[in-house]
Amino acid sequence: MTGSAGHDVVVTGIGATTPLGGDVASTWDAMLAGKSGVAALTQDWAAQLTVRIAAELAVEPTEVLDRIKLRRLDRAEATALIAAHEAWRDAGFTPGSEGVTAPEASGIDPERLAVVVGSGIGGAQTLLNQDDILEQSGPRKVSPHTVPMLMPNGPAAWVGLEMGAKAGVHSPASACATGAEAISWALDLLRLGRADIVVAGGTEAVIHPLPMAGFAAMRAMSVRNDDPERASRPWDKGRDGFVLGEGAGVVVLERAEHAAARGARVYARLAGAGMTSDGYDIVQPDPQGTGGARAIARALADSGLSKSDIVHVNAHATSTPTGDMAEVYGLRSVLGDHMVLTSTKSMTGHLLGAAGALESIATILAIYHSVVPPTINLDDPEEGLLDVAAHKARHMDVPAALNNSFGFGGHNAALIFTRA
Amino acid sequence: MSTRDEIMAGLAEILEEVAGVEPAKVEEGKSFTDDLDVDSLSMVEVVVAAEERFGVKIPDDQVQNLKTVGDAVEFIDKAQA
Repeated sequence: MTGSAGHDVVVTGIGATTPLGGDVASTWDAMLAGKSGVAALTQDWAAQLTVRIAAELAVEPTEVLDRIKLRRLDRAEATALIAAHEAWRDAGFTPGSEGVTAPEASGIDPERLAVVVGSGIGGAQTLLNQDDILEQSGPRKVSPHTVPMLMPNGPAAWVGLEMGAKAGVHSPASACATGAEAISWALDLLRLGRADIVVAGGTEAVIHPLPMAGFAAMRAMSVRNDDPERASRPWDKGRDGFVLGEGAGVVVLERAEHAAARGARVYARLAGAGMTSDGYDIVQPDPQGTGGARAIARALADSGLSKSDIVHVNAHATSTPTGDMAEVYGLRSVLGDHMVLTSTKSMTGHLLGAAGALESIATILAIYHSVVPPTINLDDPEEGLLDVAAHKARHMDVPAALNNSFGFGGHNAALIFTRA
Repeated sequence: MSTRDEIMAGLAEILEEVAGVEPAKVEEGKSFTDDLDVDSLSMVEVVVAAEERFGVKIPDDQVQNLKTVGDAVEFIDKAQA
């Protein structure tokens, strides 16, 4: 069951802040209940846009982090830190405090602790807000925190700083595949023996008129403005685009021997990963889903499992007309037609660079709790669709499951988790 | 024109807003970096806010000489004249 290299890797901690809840427990409860995190935008700027709905955070970072700290954090950095702290504590580790680093407090070696946290877009809100200040008040009023707030490695760097990680801090950027790609790179670091523990995940916070206008100009987003809770409807014939979400998901991955030695609770094994690129178009998915299919095939081979072992798929399915079914064709071609699918984006919206991490957490919990969260709004399914846990959570044994993520640029990442 | 007391009180407000420094800790002899934990980036924010509040210019090459709260009060008091 071990993958292509030497070390088994397990998940020992999970953390998230999402449109459904300020932590994993509240997010998971809302998912199982089939709640939508999508709502009408009430900001003044939204009135001029063609898309006026989004899935905003359920709990504002101002309720969690102190005001002074937030002055120097982009919203995507704040969400990454909130999720990372939850995952860290959930793994049984202790946060750092005055004069004591998090590794010291937790009895672990900082030189064996790495971070891989990415974002699809980075600190866009900071860039745009500071540009407003530049235009209105001149260059001297631009914040000295601007650069560390907008740099795309900022979320990873902040997590690395707060966790005292000294084995390297990395920040992949592969659009909507970022979160899954971060977990895949973390798996490599652990298998190669470059770290014992990796804090990995994704973060995104770009609910702002410019990115929204850009996505809307691509005709990629749902314009179901009068019915926000029904706007994200993967695989439904009435789907008309994705709904933008924001938030972060972070997992603590650990070499299995290391986790066992400290008696850690293990949620699941990260059994395999596959990454490919389409070489097809800068934004359009390959219509037959072959790039995604190759990623799934690689992940399956890497895991050493048989296709019949994979009983559940947390799909990328974003509710766009072409992408949703292309993924199904790819899944069917590699794995067959026995799997139970879901798209939790029907509830959370699309968290872009955080999606793969949040959906990995949903996949891990489906294995851990033996229940698949629902796909809401699937009222009129496409022909040729596989079995989907539509409308209601499905209680079932999930020994092994797949999470897919695909991103603009033709990035494909597939992750396979198994019961520990 | 602000009196030295008004400058002290104004700096205390700025330090609280920008860096979360408790106003009671702001005394003339306190060092910005060593006593009040104001790092170099926050110090830039303090300087820009103080310039606006007191209607003075604090050139970048002078900022390194403002080690204590008292140094800043002294500089602003003279610059107002």
